[in-house]
Amino acid sequence: MKIGLFIPCYVDAVFPEVGVATYKLLTHLGLDVTYPEKQTCCGQPMANAGFEDKALPLAEKFEKLFKPFDYVVAPSVSCTAFVRFNYPRLFEGKHDCITAKKAIDIVEFLHDVVKPTSLPGKFPHKVSLHNSCHGVRELGLSSPSEQNIPPFNKIKDLLQLIEGIEVVEPERKDECCGFGGMFSVEETAVSAQMGKEKVERHIATGAEYVTGPDSSCLMHMAGIAKRQQLPIKFIHVVQILSAGL
Amino acid sequence: MSNTAHSKAAKEFLKNQKYAQWHDQTFWSVRTKRDNMAYGLSEWEQLRETASAIKRHTLTHLDEYLDQFSTNAEKNGCIVHWAKDAAEFNEIVLSILREHHVKKMVKSKSMLTEECEMNPYLEAHGIEVVETDLGERIIQLKGQKPSHIVMPAIHLNHDDVGELFEEKLGTEKGNHDPTYLTYMARLSLRNEFLTADAGMTGGNFGIAETGDIVVCTNEGNADMSTSCPKLHIAAIGLEKVIPNYDCLAVFQRMLCRAGTGQPTTTYTSHFRKARPTASPMHIILVDNGRSEWMGNPEHWESLKCIRCGSCMNTCPVYRRSGGYSYSYFIPGPIGINLGMLRNPKEHSGNVSACTLCLSCQSVCPVKIDLGDQIYKWRQQLTSFGTANPQKKLMSSGMSFVFNHIGIYNSALWASPLANRLPRTLMYCSLNPWGEGHEMMQFPKESFHTLWKKGKVRKAKVKREK
Repeated sequence: MKIGLFIPCYVDAVFPEVGVATYKLLTHLGLDVTYPEKQTCCGQPMANAGFEDKALPLAEKFEKLFKPFDYVVAPSVSCTAFVRFNYPRLFEGKHDCITAKKAIDIVEFLHDVVKPTSLPGKFPHKVSLHNSCHGVRELGLSSPSEQNIPPFNKIKDLLQLIEGIEVVEPERKDECCGFGGMFSVEETAVSAQMGKEKVERHIATGAEYVTGPDSSCLMHMAGIAKRQQLPIKFIHVVQILSAGL
Repeated sequence: MSNTAHSKAAKEFLKNQKYAQWHDQTFWSVRTKRDNMAYGLSEWEQLRETASAIKRHTLTHLDEYLDQFSTNAEKNGCIVHWAKDAAEFNEIVLSILREHHVKKMVKSKSMLTEECEMNPYLEAHGIEVVETDLGERIIQLKGQKPSHIVMPAIHLNHDDVGELFEEKLGTEKGNHDPTYLTYMARLSLRNEFLTADAGMTGGNFGIAETGDIVVCTNEGNADMSTSCPKLHIAAIGLEKVIPNYDCLAVFQRMLCRAGTGQPTTTYTSHFRKARPTASPMHIILVDNGRSEWMGNPEHWESLKCIRCGSCMNTCPVYRRSGGYSYSYFIPGPIGINLGMLRNPKEHSGNVSACTLCLSCQSVCPVKIDLGDQIYKWRQQLTSFGTANPQKKLMSSGMSFVFNHIGIYNSALWASPLANRLPRTLMYCSLNPWGEGHEMMQFPKESFHTLWKKGKVRKAKVKREK
């Protein structure tokens, strides 16, 4: 099983430790992981802003780089969802999309494919789970609060493998934090308001950390928490899962 | 970045933090009530699927069902009119009212008449129109437009209403007790019902198999509007027709649960024909763009909407910006989409009022892909000439950098320099991120650099020792 490691641009530039943790986790589980060095960005920021034509050349490049792998694994739900659900639309009328079927977020990959029964290490902390929108409503990492389906949460299932951790969810467990890519710089007031309220709900759980499967939500909330001097730390799920590695 | 009208209005809205939080919490509590109802029906998701399928089927066979509906309505003795647009609709209403020498018309709530701006038209022609839904009546007296499609006066509190009633209805000064105010509104409306010459209702559903119009209200005002005056005019959009009563049963189980979190509306009124002593009932079927929208392959499903308002209640942006921050008269996710169908040049500013969280399409009882459609509208702004040039420039710039690995690597190398920018330079008007956020700290080495230097793999080797 050949894994292509997809480290989204902002993880590359701002959160390399999340990339390193993902690599460690995958190799610890005995997987054959390659990082195609020529990768940059999947094109999501441009497409969500309304410029799919600007995203297309990046999608073509991504498709070429990652086509040979069995799985394209990324520590980011929204980038994964973009490749899975929007690439076929971008390539419509041009050619088939191979990577859409192979793109998978690290949480669903571990939970559904690798299925580890134990992970080393301890994380003796209370963490508040941030259920990122595209993880919930596009990738199906957890049951959306809007829907009457049996409750589940793949992130929580994985975190429970780590000794000492206490996982809680905030009130309004999957309400958006207000990042939304360019939304955060275009609708600055609403975005900041949503972020502030979200951070306050995480803090109200009494948790020391907010953890989630997408660094972009965490980056947004961390920026707001720092500005508002709200006392809570932010950590990506893979950093907890690789705590003992 | 030049800001949209919505973002500016939202900023103003959020200045009154106490009010903004009340607004958010009020709508969230409606969403919670809706959740409790949805969780209470084990078949809820099946109902959503069925409701969506019925609407898809009906809309794609709309000619047949409209024909069946109008044939049956005429068999029942109703007079059926077809209006191609708002102007024609208003003219038809006026001609019916003139024929019956109507001076005053009471009406139950109808977003269609808002859409066609019927009230000002009739008033300009000397006909008094009295809204009888309490919320609609309040905003009519206040000279405002609805801020929500189901709860049109939700933006006002009891003091606002109390002061308005003091002025307009002569209620006691300072008595803003909601029960008292409701009683006084009821008293005043009772008089309007008894003295009106005609009553108008909208319609939640038209039943093709029987020719019936079905109206759901909580106040019984549709029944009062049709039982007192001798003339009843019902106006519905073409998309409101459904095949039969089995289909109605599906929607009836969902509409109110989704909209207000009640198991059903207090009144579900079925109108088939006028009562024996009254004039024949008129039904006006209004197109006003709908048949054209049906031909839009990416956006026709917006016509499935049953106007429950649940997408507004769940929308985190609507809750924190209010109904008046949108340029179209229907706000929130469905309003963004319907506004774009109506007039994309005028309403393009609304499509960025969305984080693409997709809660709207997860909550929608008829499964309209509301968020996905907003994404698709954004792709079309360039063709409408309404794309934001700065966003386009940013996207082009990013695309260029990301498309050239050498430039991308240089950018990665340079990004930590941002950590050392002086505050005045970093937090200026050119950096909208800095309005609400502290900047992120860029690490010394990107993942790319760490990988190239072998430090990532080394991390693995170290562990294996």
